Amino acid sequence: MKRLTTAFLGAALATSVFAAPAWAATEISFYYPIAVGGPITKIVDGYVKKFEEENPDIVVKPVYTGSYQDSIVKAMTAARAGNAPDAAVLLSTDMFTLIDAGMIVPYDQIATSDADKAWLSSFYPAFMANSEANGHTWGVPFQRSTIVQYYNKEAFKKAGLDPDKAPSTWDELVADGKKLTVKDGSGNMTQWGLEIPSSGFPYWLFQALAIQNGADLANQNGTKVYFNDPKVVEAATFFKDLSAKYDIMPKGIIDWGTAPKDFFQGKTAIMWTTTGNLTNVRKNAPFEFGVAPMPAKVQGGSPTGGGNIYIFKTDNKDKQEAALKFARFLTSKERAADWGIATGYIATRADAWDTPAMAAYVKDFPAAAVARDQLKDAKAELSTHDNQRVTKALDDALQAILTSDEKAQAALDKAQQQATAILRRYQE
Amino acid sequence: MATRTARRLNMHVQGWLLVLPAVVLLAAFTHVPVVETFIGSIFSTPQAGHPAHFIGIQRYGDMAADPIFWQALTNNLLYALITVPVSIGLALAMAIWVSGRIPGRALLRLAFFMPTILPMIAAANIWLFFYTPGYGLLDQVAHLFGFGSTNWLGDTSTALPSLMAVTIWKESGFFMIFFLAALQQVPPDLYEAARIENATRWQVFARITWPLVMPTTLFVAINALINAFRIVDQVIAMTGGGPNNATSLLLFYIYQVAFSFWDTGYAAALSTVLLIVLAVVALGQFFLLDRRIHYR
Repeated sequence: MKRLTTAFLGAALATSVFAAPAWAATEISFYYPIAVGGPITKIVDGYVKKFEEENPDIVVKPVYTGSYQDSIVKAMTAARAGNAPDAAVLLSTDMFTLIDAGMIVPYDQIATSDADKAWLSSFYPAFMANSEANGHTWGVPFQRSTIVQYYNKEAFKKAGLDPDKAPSTWDELVADGKKLTVKDGSGNMTQWGLEIPSSGFPYWLFQALAIQNGADLANQNGTKVYFNDPKVVEAATFFKDLSAKYDIMPKGIIDWGTAPKDFFQGKTAIMWTTTGNLTNVRKNAPFEFGVAPMPAKVQGGSPTGGGNIYIFKTDNKDKQEAALKFARFLTSKERAADWGIATGYIATRADAWDTPAMAAYVKDFPAAAVARDQLKDAKAELSTHDNQRVTKALDDALQAILTSDEKAQAALDKAQQQATAILRRYQE
Repeated sequence: MATRTARRLNMHVQGWLLVLPAVVLLAAFTHVPVVETFIGSIFSTPQAGHPAHFIGIQRYGDMAADPIFWQALTNNLLYALITVPVSIGLALAMAIWVSGRIPGRALLRLAFFMPTILPMIAAANIWLFFYTPGYGLLDQVAHLFGFGSTNWLGDTSTALPSLMAVTIWKESGFFMIFFLAALQQVPPDLYEAARIENATRWQVFARITWPLVMPTTLFVAINALINAFRIVDQVIAMTGGGPNNATSLLLFYIYQVAFSFWDTGYAAALSTVLLIVLAVVALGQFFLLDRRIHYR
């Protein structure tokens, strides 16, 4: 009898110990776009653990969902099946897609306390430009980037250029590029002056050229595009001329994955790519390299890029509350600094750069601050309703311009026509 | 009389029960989705606040006016027209070579079969390295002979043939296995007779080998043709359909419309067209070609 009682007691105790979190805790799911395993997953797992320690009543279930494209597919499919994630990191440009599908809640409706409002206004305005539409704030910046120039200082020295001065205008870019382009005895190229990747989504890097030429590609509410604006056409012509006329860039499509490898191998002296590559370049470049802001035509500048945190609609207020808490935790100044140092993404708020960890990092590696300083010239990444279809119209036009004899004006007129047809139903 | 009817009925019930598992599986995972796909194609794509409503065959009209659809279809037809005969030719040649008595036969067979064992994504990544401009394998070889760099996947004129090469490389080893089996079935006395008649190698091939492996050729051709319309993984891994849709194939375009553009209705219409294409291929096999093939 006594033994039985002990057993009962033990069982009861065990149940209360192990079951306690199960009934007391709010469980939320969090989609994060990375392949399972690898160093980034460990960082995210660490954040989740720390958050759960600070908030014992919340359990966060991180789900690693692969590429950005895989992640939006998984999040939208799950949401349609009635099993939406509570929070997810997805491309900032997926905003209109998620709004049109009616899947996300605007932050201004749930983050209403004064502390919440202060938090929402703590981010760099350049990043928030891709979060705001129709008077609401739909996402908060998490892993954001801009485009910068990486350049090989040794190659600059060899070409007789100042290794501490990257091209700061289009004219300098062409002039330096010509000096940096090297041919061997039989006329084959051994080193290109410049590579601007153009595979997959060429619109992003092209948008940098358009911004530098003083053009916008779309309006803030994502209902109109300006693909055949004369300034945009001029930018596209320049893009093509880099290979066709000035012969400082390889012809045809340059792959995103190949460009960093070409840079490491000395096949190109300058490459334009995301700041998200900073840690990669720092680890793998076998020579001294520099990071510089984008050159200017009429102004400097780059589009922003990368992922925002979205909160999905749910009837469960506790979950929504918990998801908001988690989003605030992930974007606190300490986390923003830590994340920026670990990955090379730009810490998303000014006060993160004042933290001791970040200050020490920038002192040791000043290149990290280049992207931040460029933010004052940064613009919202191209984002519209039916976003992927509209950007594809531009992507196709750009690839046609780069790979064939099609004139920029004709190709962009066609893209403008396609995009206008797609966007017609959103222009009430 | 009554008992005989009952027995016959009993037999029918038994028969149906026996095929029931297969019927249920086929219906649930093939036939019902096919019907649902077609239904999806004649309703609008539901969006927040706009439930699906009937729109008839409007989408098929849109499709006829969609240049990317036509390009994907043309690319796909080209893909089939080139990869199918070439991989069959190569497969047969390899099979004839390794069915003879030559030293290292097993190793040679293994070498030919190797590409088949690799997952498509792994193979695509190997080929990505081959095609890399500047220092990829192909360009390194080209440099040895004094040629310049070629941007194989970055040029609209070479991108699709580059993908075709991967398919041919991967499939011919697989088809070789079928031809090897078929060659074992050819009676050796025919070859002996041919030798006595002093037939040339070409005559032996044209009069004996080719007609006798015809059933295998047909089987392989149909499979290769269907495969050519089901290719999607290497497009995703190698080019993403670019540059400027030069490597967009039907299935890839369907994926893009469904999961990038979220226009599931239009994707359903495209799928219906793909299904019709595949059905025509299959019917061709059953009703036309079957009768013209020499069977023993």
